[in-house]
Amino acid sequence: MILTLKNTFTEIGNVTLFAKQFFKEVFVPPYETKELLKQCYIIGYKSLPLVAITGFIMGLVLTLQSRPTLVKFGAESWLPGMVALSLIREIAPVITALICAGKISSGIGAELGSMKVTEQIDAMEVSAINPYNYLVVTRILACTLMVPLLVFFADAVGILGGYVGINIHGDVNFYRYLTQIFQSLEFLDLIPATIKTFFFGFFIGMIGCYKGFNASNGTESVGKAANSAVVTASLTIFILDMVAVQITDLFF
Amino acid sequence: MIKEKKNIEPKTKEKSKTPILEIKNLHKTFGTDNKILQGVNLSVNKGEDLVILGRSGSGKSVTIKCIVGLIEPDQGEIKVFNENVLNLSKSELNKIRVRIGFLFQSGALYDSMSVRENLAFTLKKHKKDLTPEEVESEVMEALDNVGLSDAIDKMPSELSGGMQKRIGLARTLILKPEIILYDEPTTGLDTITSREISELILDIKHKRKTTSIIITHDMACAKLTADRIMVLKDGIIHAEGTYEELEKDEDEWVRSFFQ
Repeated sequence: MILTLKNTFTEIGNVTLFAKQFFKEVFVPPYETKELLKQCYIIGYKSLPLVAITGFIMGLVLTLQSRPTLVKFGAESWLPGMVALSLIREIAPVITALICAGKISSGIGAELGSMKVTEQIDAMEVSAINPYNYLVVTRILACTLMVPLLVFFADAVGILGGYVGINIHGDVNFYRYLTQIFQSLEFLDLIPATIKTFFFGFFIGMIGCYKGFNASNGTESVGKAANSAVVTASLTIFILDMVAVQITDLFF
Repeated sequence: MIKEKKNIEPKTKEKSKTPILEIKNLHKTFGTDNKILQGVNLSVNKGEDLVILGRSGSGKSVTIKCIVGLIEPDQGEIKVFNENVLNLSKSELNKIRVRIGFLFQSGALYDSMSVRENLAFTLKKHKKDLTPEEVESEVMEALDNVGLSDAIDKMPSELSGGMQKRIGLARTLILKPEIILYDEPTTGLDTITSREISELILDIKHKRKTTSIIITHDMACAKLTADRIMVLKDGIIHAEGTYEELEKDEDEWVRSFFQ
């Protein structure tokens, strides 16, 4: 028990040092712009289909599940606003971040872990190329920038899913549906939700990179790095979300 | 032969006597009690090929990884080009690293890049003013040196073990290093390919006047390439001499490498 606790705190300390190095290197040239754009393409663009499917299903299912209760209270007209609020404030950021933790964090963990065990990271180091700057900074930055955009995309697709869900049982005009959503939304609903997605993205990237970069030698550790990246990133998302909701509750 | 030497002088007469690389009293322990290096002393002269022999786990790779700063030793001094690499800042160490080539046992090619990109990547990072045509020409020249110009568009996964090591060597050579460290360059290769790699090492030495440290278990490679051989045992240099001298060494354990 004490040993587990000690290992956990050691891990937290190491992750903090790893993050500190990111902030030390992110502003210092050389800037790996080409690699950053490549990672944005891989992390952002290539995740679009997955995020679209989950976003659509989230909106659709949320609408179908909430409708009977609202009908019971004669509040069916609140359905678009409620679905949009739930999606934008909570469900889309968290579910998209979890999807990204599964797809991106594990991918980064496995990729860097494999590079570590096959000495590719060492090869960069001995060629006087900073592997942290080239591999880690670019991936963390790309995650931090792309996850919020993916969440916006999931919001939009989820709202579309909600529209389909409403029209399964009724007949609502798309313009009216959108008007109802915008009437029930405020900018203050969007701001805290967007801020927390930057943190989600940062931690998804950082945990994936940390796990991969610190994979010990041996192919077994590549699988462990990928697995551990998903578990740790998912858990971190929930903890961050809890903290974010508390802070939002205080200020908004 | 010389045993447990502290400062070892090269035995070959034709080589320059200027030490380009010196290691003094190098110690490295992994964990609490896994003592790998217990006072390694060696020096390599300019233009010399030094082969290090020893059993698996005797600390040969650890020694050369300490030279390029991949592993931090617990104690000792490593002087390369008259600079103690252990006291250098990261940027100063990188300046030294550019002048040292390192060939990994596995080749360590970047598997997400083609052969061309593998070579050009390293080059472009250090020579930013080169035009794309100049980069291409240098890549081709490096590949010509290892006889693999045809593989330029292949991915590392499409290459055989021997080809991967040659491409790894080409990537090492592209920065024109003065010292090359070879970590078991012929391990896992058939006899013919091993000989080709050994001849390539020799060829590079003659063409580029490089200094090399070669870690190997392949005695044919050692015989072909070594100006001097050192045998590592129990974390120290146990014996040192030319191939012919060590082959007739009075110590049976040393002789056993040559049988």
